[in-house]
Amino acid sequence: MATQVDDPRIIEFDVRTDEMLVNMGPQHPSTHGVLRLVLRTDGEIVSETTPHIGYLHRCAEKIGENITPRQWIPYTDRMDYLAGMNMNLGWALVVEKLLNLELPEKARHLRVLIVELNRIASHLVGMGAYGLDLGTFSPFLYAFREREKILDLFEEACGARLTYSYLTVGGATADLPPGWLQKCEAFLDQLLPVIKEYHTLLTSNAIFVRRTVGIGVLPREMAIDHGCTGPVLRGSGVNHDLRRDGEQRYTEMYDGYAFEVIVEQDGHYPRDHDYPPVPKQAVLGDCWHRFYVRMLEVMQSIDLIRQAIDRYSTATGSFGEPVKLTEKLPKGEAYMETEAPRGQMGFYIVSTGNGAIPWRARARSSSFCNLSVTEKLCRGCLIADVPAIVGSLDVVMGEIDR
Amino acid sequence: MAEYLRQYLTPEWLAYVVAALVHAFLLVNLLAVSALVFIWLERKVSGRIQDRLGPTRIGGKFGWLQTLADAIKLVTKEDLMPADADRMLFLLAPYAGFVASYLGFLALPFADGWVAVRLNVAVFFIAAVLGLEVFGVILAGYGSGSKWSLFGAMREAAQVVSYEVPLGMCIVIPVLIAGTMDLVTIGQMQEGWFTQWFVLHDPFTFIAFWVYFTCATASVNRAPFDLAEAESELVAGFHTEYSGFRWSVFFLSEYGSMFAVSGLAAILFFGGWNGPLPVTHWLGLADSTNPFLHYLGNFLGMLNFVAKCIFGVTFMMWVRWTLPRLRIDQVMTTCLKYCTPISAAMFLGAILWTYFIPGGLIVPNNDGVVREGQMIVGSYPPADEAAQSDADAPPASVARAGVEGN
Repeated sequence: MATQVDDPRIIEFDVRTDEMLVNMGPQHPSTHGVLRLVLRTDGEIVSETTPHIGYLHRCAEKIGENITPRQWIPYTDRMDYLAGMNMNLGWALVVEKLLNLELPEKARHLRVLIVELNRIASHLVGMGAYGLDLGTFSPFLYAFREREKILDLFEEACGARLTYSYLTVGGATADLPPGWLQKCEAFLDQLLPVIKEYHTLLTSNAIFVRRTVGIGVLPREMAIDHGCTGPVLRGSGVNHDLRRDGEQRYTEMYDGYAFEVIVEQDGHYPRDHDYPPVPKQAVLGDCWHRFYVRMLEVMQSIDLIRQAIDRYSTATGSFGEPVKLTEKLPKGEAYMETEAPRGQMGFYIVSTGNGAIPWRARARSSSFCNLSVTEKLCRGCLIADVPAIVGSLDVVMGEIDR
Repeated sequence: MAEYLRQYLTPEWLAYVVAALVHAFLLVNLLAVSALVFIWLERKVSGRIQDRLGPTRIGGKFGWLQTLADAIKLVTKEDLMPADADRMLFLLAPYAGFVASYLGFLALPFADGWVAVRLNVAVFFIAAVLGLEVFGVILAGYGSGSKWSLFGAMREAAQVVSYEVPLGMCIVIPVLIAGTMDLVTIGQMQEGWFTQWFVLHDPFTFIAFWVYFTCATASVNRAPFDLAEAESELVAGFHTEYSGFRWSVFFLSEYGSMFAVSGLAAILFFGGWNGPLPVTHWLGLADSTNPFLHYLGNFLGMLNFVAKCIFGVTFMMWVRWTLPRLRIDQVMTTCLKYCTPISAAMFLGAILWTYFIPGGLIVPNNDGVVREGQMIVGSYPPADEAAQSDADAPPASVARAGVEGN
């Protein structure tokens, strides 16, 4: 006997599944620090993602209003702690802009050399951690093995392995030690073949491709609207890199360097002939493209470092003696953005002209803007895609919260 | 063994109890020791793959006591239970999983006749019992009162239940060729050179083995199918809330299951205890009536079998430390769109092959000897004849019913 149901909606109500609010983070293996994502899920499908930030806030900007710019350098280290040198550089350039300080040629080449090396280290972590987000552990350790060598080089140059405070207002705290350039070149020679391993393990791996292609597609317009920068923006096909398009004070560092912005053109990336081709199903702006841009930027940085080594060793002048710790600041303000590994890192300084302590010190974080697209990208994806998308944005919470 | 004890122990039930206890003791120890070894091996293998050393300190040069040290640490840890947990299910879950994984060993022969219980439906039994392990995971996920655990449990349920289908079909293929579900008989049939192994029997079994291995990896929750405990997504999945001893019981059962599915693969496809070369025959140990020599031959066979199992487990480790994890929809796609049709096609192919070319590709497996409980496609041995070969063995009709029932 068939059961009679008066109202078919009763059955629908009975089999209805409830939505669930799940808290991903702040203690979660794949939220890159202390990001907290509140997921509204229907089974495995995520209907809404809300990022919550602020768990790593250390009032760095307020501290900057109480100490001199050179004293604030160590605080910039701790913003994007994976690319401390780039943070140092951003702040140093802004203060130099306020002081209207011109650097000797050698100091500029030293800076290019150091920040590009740090960019490699940062992208290696980004790549390894992305593998970890997708559930493969080994590339992470391979990446750290190479990063460790970069850290050794940095340690030799400045004594620190993570929070360098090496590049500072006026130049750098010290010149490179003798024999350092040879070691750096030896490292670059050794790094080149290793990059191919990474491509085999990740970029062209069938599972990796299936996990990243067509996931988290960030269209060009949305990327621009949200202020995304760096590899995230270039992964969406926007040809923009501050090393070429930035302020003159910054781009003059790269004057005469041969380099091309890593961005897709007609289904190809510059210099991708040696590396896996773009998969057919890949959509511009998906996780795969963001990842690939980072991988190719490593190659580009290797080239830039080689050029910088040549120029640095022939350049004349000093490596750039730092200014006094209590250098008096003129009245005025300065803002400048530089191309950090994660995007455009801007620093802002305002001085009233009374002494060496600025009236305001502010930072514009690239990861903050990059993270803001999470909500739109994660709409309707699966739970497993959330780490894949957030990982491909490669955010560092230290920089977002400061 | 029970028959042997019956001669000495007067109440008959006592003999059975003693025999059962001895078997259980041996198997529990085997499982525990193999888990210790495998966890150590996992660390060493992953260490080597990742360009590091792995454990080096405890227990001498290779850190072989590392797992024991870990076990002591785990046992002495505080036994935590979340406030929201369903107390009974939370406590029960690890043991439910462990019992399922342990039961599989009951019917797994380690050498010719070295089996705790010789079942005429051993294949069926192992497949069924290993499928029960999912209960432990679901209970743990549900009983923990954590959303992440629940996700892990639901994933596990969907995944394992789906993968049982192609797994079962792949298991049936060697059974079809052998004409029996008795693992001891299946092992005996693959005696001799490695060409006798069922994996080389015909192209269909060769492909079926790879499908089996994929599905087995998925059904024991190893990467790239470890969705139930996906670290980067679900924290630790179903065992997020577990710690200490209960957590280690989950691991014990995971490694136990890996051993079991590798053992099943070794017997069904890789000749079980028979080495690639018939060394025991050359030494005259295989057919020896001398109990000591026979024991020695069996011991060598067991080493063979264990070596094959370790190889299978190592292979799973290698895969785990190399590949990223699939997404849940891709896991289901792999199962339903690829593994199931392929295994069905291999099943059909194996049927046709055994019908038209009865016997193997290189050397016929069917040497005319009808072993205990065996049923050859095309020439059914009379049930009485099979039954006469061993008085204790059940009639072939039971085995046949098992085949049809699956």
